[in-house]
Amino acid sequence: MYAARATAIPSSIRAAVAIGAALLVAFIVLPLAALVAHLPPQRVAAALATPGALAALRLSGLTTACSLALTLVLGTPLAYVLARGRFPGRAVVDAIVDLPIVVPPAVAGLALLFVFGRAGWFGPLLGAVHVQIAFTTAAVVLAQLFVGAPFYVRAARAGFAAVDRSVEEASATLGMGPLRTFARITVPLAVPALAGGAVLAWARGLGEFGATIMVAGNLPGVTQTLPLAVYLGLEQGDVDLASALALVLVIVALIVVALVRVLERRAA
Amino acid sequence: MIELAIRRRLRSFTLDVAARFPAGVTVVAGPSGAGKTTLLRAIAGLDPPDTGRIVLDGEVLDDGRRHVPAFRREIAYVFQEYALFPHLDVAANVGYGLAARGVAPARRTALIADWLERLGIAPLAAARPGALSGGERQRVALARALAWSPRAVLLDEPFSALDDATRGGVRDAVRATLAGLDVPVLLVTHDEEDVAEFAAPVLRLAEGKENGAVHRVSVRTAP
Repeated sequence: MYAARATAIPSSIRAAVAIGAALLVAFIVLPLAALVAHLPPQRVAAALATPGALAALRLSGLTTACSLALTLVLGTPLAYVLARGRFPGRAVVDAIVDLPIVVPPAVAGLALLFVFGRAGWFGPLLGAVHVQIAFTTAAVVLAQLFVGAPFYVRAARAGFAAVDRSVEEASATLGMGPLRTFARITVPLAVPALAGGAVLAWARGLGEFGATIMVAGNLPGVTQTLPLAVYLGLEQGDVDLASALALVLVIVALIVVALVRVLERRAA
Repeated sequence: MIELAIRRRLRSFTLDVAARFPAGVTVVAGPSGAGKTTLLRAIAGLDPPDTGRIVLDGEVLDDGRRHVPAFRREIAYVFQEYALFPHLDVAANVGYGLAARGVAPARRTALIADWLERLGIAPLAAARPGALSGGERQRVALARALAWSPRAVLLDEPFSALDDATRGGVRDAVRATLAGLDVPVLLVTHDEEDVAEFAAPVLRLAEGKENGAVHRVSVRTAP
């Protein structure tokens, strides 16, 4: 049926579609190829061995690990409630969770500043206990959490919704309480979806730039994550540093895309 | 002994059942959509009735004020599509209720082996449910429901997911297994052949009217 319709399309249109598709794919591949080809491996290694590069790598590793942990701890119960709960305002909560995906990161950073900054809503409270969040490593984590968590909650919500309810009920009739049923049945069955969402959320946090620079600044070793170091490298004329770190991020992105594909296939 | 008098509003009628189920098998019969599954789910604690009481061996499970959750009722439920745990092997499925009760591993292993043997599925112990035939899944579901000595057993259309060729043999096996139980066993079916084959007391959910509204009420018949 589909094949018959496909052959019915005039060859001129098919050629135009093929050219358009090839242009877009080339447009995506070419810049990445140029980036990969820009530096010989020895200069990549040399650039990555500098203290500035190592500090950015370490900081990005640390902060994304923290923001991922927070995403899992806070996002998992929320995703389950959104998938299974029946309560007024569920659709509103559902939409709110998706908001950070479409809010511009710089706007998110400014908004976070208005809450956690010295003059922000929590400013007096944080000041009273001598805790500073804005322009510290903690602010980097908050920015990553804000932009990344929705990707996890969306995927986890879909994963939980796909778990057969009667399997959870069977667990209950066999004597397992709600928490043990969740841990032994629901989570294991949703694991591919949860892992896929976690990978996406982590990757989004790793690439986070706009919100971070607004709420955390660009202090080497404290708030200067990989994307910020790429930006500053270019700004200060250290193109080797910028492109070597960019290469690291591209390789991570390739791994993430492959991993998500594998996990999506297992979730289906 | 299960004693109940419950009422629950459904989309097109009100289910209104008052019945006592002593130890042994009772067949609950009636056409599709008669409220049979609703009755079982109420007894299991999965969907509480709107009003009424459910009492098991003198213990109140539901009476409007009190609602004992499903996981504390110790009532086994065999789901129509079995609802086996797809990520656990057959032995872990059968041992699940024992694990829930903290039965020691050695005793658990022995009980699992015993039930696998009884239902003729011992060679399947390490298989995942996805690799089993319909008849095999049925046996796993039954073993999982019975291995932990529940206080009552509910079976929802246990043969409807089977093809005609396997149904007869499975029915004989299930009947033989259930005959040995000393607790109330409710077997729900829409199939008159099941009713005839089990030769057990039958509770029929039949249509009645009350104040102009359609009610399904229970009518008990002797075997």
